[in-house]
Amino acid sequence: MDLDLMINSFPKLLNATLITLKLLSLSLIFGLILGLFFAILRLNKNIFLSRFSYLYSYVFRGTPLLVQIFIIYFGLGQLEFLRSSFLWVVLKEPYWCAIIAFSLNTGAYTSEILRSAFETINKNFIEAGDSLGISKKIIFYKIQIPIAIRQSLPAYGNEIILMLKGTSLASTVTLMDLTGVAKYIISTTFKPIEVFIVAGGIYLFMTFVIHNFIKYLEKKYSY
Amino acid sequence: MDLLAFGNTGWGDELFFATLMTVAVSITAMIIGFCFALIFTPLKLSKNKFLHFIGNSYTTIVRGVPELLVIYLLFFGGSGAVMYVASIFGYNEYIEINAFLTGSLAIGIISGAYSTEVFRGALQSIDKGQFEASKVLGLKKPFYFFKIIMPQMLRLSIPNLSNVWQITLKDTSLISVTGLVEIMRQSYIAAGSTRDPLFFYSFAAVLYLLLTYLSMQLINKLETKYRRGY
Repeated sequence: MDLDLMINSFPKLLNATLITLKLLSLSLIFGLILGLFFAILRLNKNIFLSRFSYLYSYVFRGTPLLVQIFIIYFGLGQLEFLRSSFLWVVLKEPYWCAIIAFSLNTGAYTSEILRSAFETINKNFIEAGDSLGISKKIIFYKIQIPIAIRQSLPAYGNEIILMLKGTSLASTVTLMDLTGVAKYIISTTFKPIEVFIVAGGIYLFMTFVIHNFIKYLEKKYSY
Repeated sequence: MDLLAFGNTGWGDELFFATLMTVAVSITAMIIGFCFALIFTPLKLSKNKFLHFIGNSYTTIVRGVPELLVIYLLFFGGSGAVMYVASIFGYNEYIEINAFLTGSLAIGIISGAYSTEVFRGALQSIDKGQFEASKVLGLKKPFYFFKIIMPQMLRLSIPNLSNVWQITLKDTSLISVTGLVEIMRQSYIAAGSTRDPLFFYSFAAVLYLLLTYLSMQLINKLETKYRRGY
């Protein structure tokens, strides 16, 4: 055990944690928007729209996240019309490529979580709203969405933790996130166990915080 | 399509063998994972606090730490550990351990943590009466475990194990960082030498989709088979 190395690498790894957290929070925000959008599409009566949403979630859940990042980071640069468009400003940065891939990936899982939450809402709530003369729009925003959010909290908590682990793949496209820095320190010092303990400890701490935060929310919004 | 030709002119045969490698690693990892699960499930359910702590730490740590980090630990730490053991026996040459074994072990450890949770859930949902009835009938512990509890546990865990299989299959893409030539690594090589990453990575995505689709069909058949009579 090399305690000095562990103490020295701690601030570096903690610094890299900031990038991990930035990646995580941005992709979760975009992913939630995408997820809600595709969940609503999926429940649409139009078969074409619901099929499209199903295809999206099937493809992104059926392929590894690594492939998705590589297609976006290495693959899209090949398309001439993308290189000359304004999108290239975003797509040439590995940081944004990673965020796009993570958002699309977590969006697919989130849409499934939200869909099943919408489907399990007790029909009586909606009927009660209807018979009270509340408009469809308000029923959706004030009754269906809050209940769906509460229903999907446990599954969404798992998704956040999976995404936290997923951000480690950003290190494969040259980003120096927590895993990227950990790998760099391992390959320069050849002390994998010490670095693993420190980096793994930071990840575990984050998982622990997320897990308990979700538990707290579940308790707060239980009915 | 020329790019996918078999033989020396295209990447078809290379990608085909890479797909077989992905399947081989996934199956090996799944089996290793079962072995881990068979050890850690009883530990996790044990009433002994210390044993419970060991079982719990395994699943918490492995499920809370990114897969890549576990792979790096085994990849960089594995040969060091083997060399250390070898040096005790007086062998001081450099030893490189097989990428297939390290990769399968790394993914197996991860998949084992998920399998442990699945088996624990299945065991806990078996009716208490089954245990009591076996005891009342005076069946010996190993007998009733293997003949009565285990078959029910396996049936209950098939749906969740299919999820674990999907996760394991997708996780094998991560061992490409260690240089094992599976789908991802082969696509990386092909993309590098033809300068056509979009095509090869998209093709890799199609291969993974095909694998997940085919395995789902197979598992669904298995599920209906074992649900007979329920």
